Amino acid sequence: MVENNRWGNFFAHVILILGVAIVVFPVYVAIIASTHPPGTFVRGVMPLWPGTNAWENYTTAITEGRSRAGTPPIGGMMWNSFIMAMAITIGKLSISIISAFAIVYFRFPGRIFFFWIIFLTLMLPVEVRIVPTFQVVADFGMLNSFAGLSIPLIASATATFLFRQFFMTVPEELMEAARVDGAGPMKFFKDILLPLSITNIAALFVIMFIYGWNQYLWPLLITTDPDYYTIVMGIQRMVTGGDSEPLWHLVMATVVLAALPPVLVILFMQRLFVKGLTETEK
Amino acid sequence: MASITMDNLCKVYIGGVKAVSDVNLDIADGEMIVLVGPSGCGKSTLLRMVAGLETISDGTLKIGDRVVNNLEPADRDIAMVFQNYALYPHMTVFNNLAYGLKNRGFKKAEIDRRVREAAQMLEIGQFLDRKPRQLSGGQRQRVAMGRALVREPAAFLFDEPLSNLDAKLRVQMRVEIRQLQKRLRTTSLYVTHDQLEALTMADRLVVLNAGRIEQVGTPMELYSRPATTFVAGFIGSPAMNMLPAEYLKTLVSADDLAHLPQSADLIGIRPEDLSLAPPKEGEMALTGELMLLEPAGAESHLHLKLAGLKDIFVARLPQVPDVSEGTALTFSLRRDQLHPFDSASGQRVA
Amino acid sequence: MQTKRMTFSRSWLPYALLAPQVIITLIFFIWPSFQALRQSVYRQGDAFGIRPPQFVWFQNFQALFADPLYLNSLKVTAVFAIGTTLLSMSVALLFAVMVNRMIRSRDTYTTFLVWPYAIAPAIAGVLWWFIFNPSIGIMPYMLDMVGYNWNHRRDGNDAMIMVIIASAWRQISYNFLFFLAGLAAIPQSLIEAAAIDGASRMKRFWTIVFPLLSPITFFLLVINIVYAMFDTFGVIHATTEGGPAQATNILVYKVYRDGFVNLNFGSSAAQSVVLMGIVIVLTVIQFRYIERRVNY
Ligand SMILES: Nc1ncnc2c1ncn2[C@@H]1O[C@H](COP(=O)(O)OP(=O)(O)OP(=O)(O)O)[C@@H](O)[C@H]1O
Ligand SMILES: [Mg+2]
Repeated sequence: MVENNRWGNFFAHVILILGVAIVVFPVYVAIIASTHPPGTFVRGVMPLWPGTNAWENYTTAITEGRSRAGTPPIGGMMWNSFIMAMAITIGKLSISIISAFAIVYFRFPGRIFFFWIIFLTLMLPVEVRIVPTFQVVADFGMLNSFAGLSIPLIASATATFLFRQFFMTVPEELMEAARVDGAGPMKFFKDILLPLSITNIAALFVIMFIYGWNQYLWPLLITTDPDYYTIVMGIQRMVTGGDSEPLWHLVMATVVLAALPPVLVILFMQRLFVKGLTETEK
Repeated sequence: MASITMDNLCKVYIGGVKAVSDVNLDIADGEMIVLVGPSGCGKSTLLRMVAGLETISDGTLKIGDRVVNNLEPADRDIAMVFQNYALYPHMTVFNNLAYGLKNRGFKKAEIDRRVREAAQMLEIGQFLDRKPRQLSGGQRQRVAMGRALVREPAAFLFDEPLSNLDAKLRVQMRVEIRQLQKRLRTTSLYVTHDQLEALTMADRLVVLNAGRIEQVGTPMELYSRPATTFVAGFIGSPAMNMLPAEYLKTLVSADDLAHLPQSADLIGIRPEDLSLAPPKEGEMALTGELMLLEPAGAESHLHLKLAGLKDIFVARLPQVPDVSEGTALTFSLRRDQLHPFDSASGQRVA
Repeated sequence: MQTKRMTFSRSWLPYALLAPQVIITLIFFIWPSFQALRQSVYRQGDAFGIRPPQFVWFQNFQALFADPLYLNSLKVTAVFAIGTTLLSMSVALLFAVMVNRMIRSRDTYTTFLVWPYAIAPAIAGVLWWFIFNPSIGIMPYMLDMVGYNWNHRRDGNDAMIMVIIASAWRQISYNFLFFLAGLAAIPQSLIEAAAIDGASRMKRFWTIVFPLLSPITFFLLVINIVYAMFDTFGVIHATTEGGPAQATNILVYKVYRDGFVNLNFGSSAAQSVVLMGIVIVLTVIQFRYIERRVNY
């Protein structure tokens, strides 16, 4: 630093602490609300200090949900979310890494053409082709299934680009040495390229898991059977199910549970997360 | 072990760059051939064609009795040492050495035996469990060598294997590689642009220029009788002085040049062939003004201005003479040490 | 486009490797998009097959751009996207500049500021919806003390502010990380040189640091607009559902409503096509930016 003026730093700390407080506040409120009995939310202002009903609220949420409004127990929804997130993540990673391998390490007719087809996925997010995509999935009989929840989402231009980018930095001679050593393409991929890509895979894993877990519109479209509801979309049913005010204590317990897995992933794998985020978007 | 035969080898890259043209070369079994030439002359390309890492556009390549033009690198029974070593970064030294053997389905015991033997030969036994990044440059170089050794191939291919090492280590490894090669008697093709490396290591030297072979021969043949002006300028340091014959006639007596053929219109003089002793029988004299004296410890380089000549003329003496810049010096030179060339074709004429 | 100088040669293998990705792309991306294009120039038939679908040229588009509800949605989307982008980017830049001054506490602050990225837009929406709840929320309570009567159920502006805050909140983390990386990449010597030239801290920021951040800022601008336009569906759907009185009915939400709830496929398809156009333009801008950077 050029000059370390004390007041400047003090001022910066004040801004940051305030900033962090504001950023954390919504989640703090959610956690607090999830510890209060239902009666607290009937009138007055929402509580800012913990209540005593945490255990009860969470067990109700996890095991029962809000059955009367047709919302299944949270436990099942979390499991569905987990399956969907893992399927999307693993699917995206595997098909992207092999596509990038084909594009970088082979020369074949149509290479550029296929590259552009993959690139097009960037330009066609689900949100702009809602109805026809729904029709396709319905025609394949994939509504209300894990296949339907995950497969249509696993094409990934960004992951393919990232792997391509990374492969281009792998020294040419490594592949040449491997060939002299008698390794064919798939052996080279498995023995050398894959181990070298581990950090990139892990970084992308973090990003993709969050992406998969947080899917909203897609499960909303293709699940009508509560057995396949995922937690993020399930919250909406809890909020709007019925005309009465939402059952805030249960909603907030659900919110906390829905946010927990991806938040933990970020907190424990912050370095990989930052790497994944800043590199996929470059 | 095997001989290598190159018959009219050509390489045209996609895009039309002609990197290697009509290369004919027979490498005898057990011979160490060094490829030299300026940057971009096609040395690596030729080597990689032999390795199978570049396709052969035209011509025939044989290793032993087999035509290998269309064989995969792995099927050519060669091993290669790369300039940047290309060690597998995630594998231990042991596995780096063993990988090629595993892929060829060797038994575990045999792999173990060969790896340990190579490691012992290269003195890298204590590093077998380390990853490449935990090694120094010189140690990595040895591992790269080891990876080639364990395969016990018909031929070694080296692409500037020492250029990433510092000067001292380079000399040491140069000696080791040569000793090892002599001991194993494995046919070797070695690419370098360091002429000292080339001269000291080669059984025979190949000078490449713009994708063509300029000359093939033992280091001493190339040094004492360079076949072209290119080779003359490339081998030897400082480079050979080149004087037009017409000009030289004005400096020396007609007798001095009488033994040279008529077509020789360019005369080469090696800086180290000059001496400050007075001319004796069979010697000629050359006088120039000393512009700059470069002492270099045991020897010295003298930059001279010859009357009426634009270019600087260089002499190399095996001592540092006690002379001052600006004075005129007379050198003597044996007449048979003149190198006569035809300037139009660049060929030596006698 | 580059490959390695030496490539494997197996005629069928690269196709096999590309197949899963390409097949999924064709089935779930290209084909539906093509369908959307097709539907956008047809009037849908009735359910009994008495009146077959009819090719109507650009009538759906004409109808769309004559529809005050759609024009309103365009306007709402613009306000929403700009509001979200500006809010999250400026807050993130402020945080990044402050954190970049820190040495010891840098990682701690970063940890506290990055995790909201993990929270789904829909959940972010619900969180702020709760905070702004007119009867029990803390914000209306506090606003009431300064004499403002907050009610996003009736007041469109209030609703818009709420969804902007909810959408921007989560995106702060993202922008913060990029700004911080950008700031860390600015050579300290440049700033020192400016200091020696007598530039004040403020001046140094606006004349040296900010211009050097401009590539990142531009990049984030595009990314944030894309985010606000397409990824915030959950925020709207889980809270305001486009209301009150269309005040937060952004384009993406409208496509969904018209297609799924109102079953107006022709119009929904035309809207999809318009959205596709917008994404393509944004992607091209973004890609040109990437290309420029790659060339550096
Ligand atoms: N993949 C390629 N495509 C097109 N041209 C190439 C390719 N590789 C090399 N070349 C060209 O072929 C010529 C010979 O290159 P090569 O690498 O064999 O030179 P070199 O003698 O090894 O040089 P250096 O001493 O610098 O390593 C050069 O002009 C080079 O630009
Ligand atoms: Mg080379």
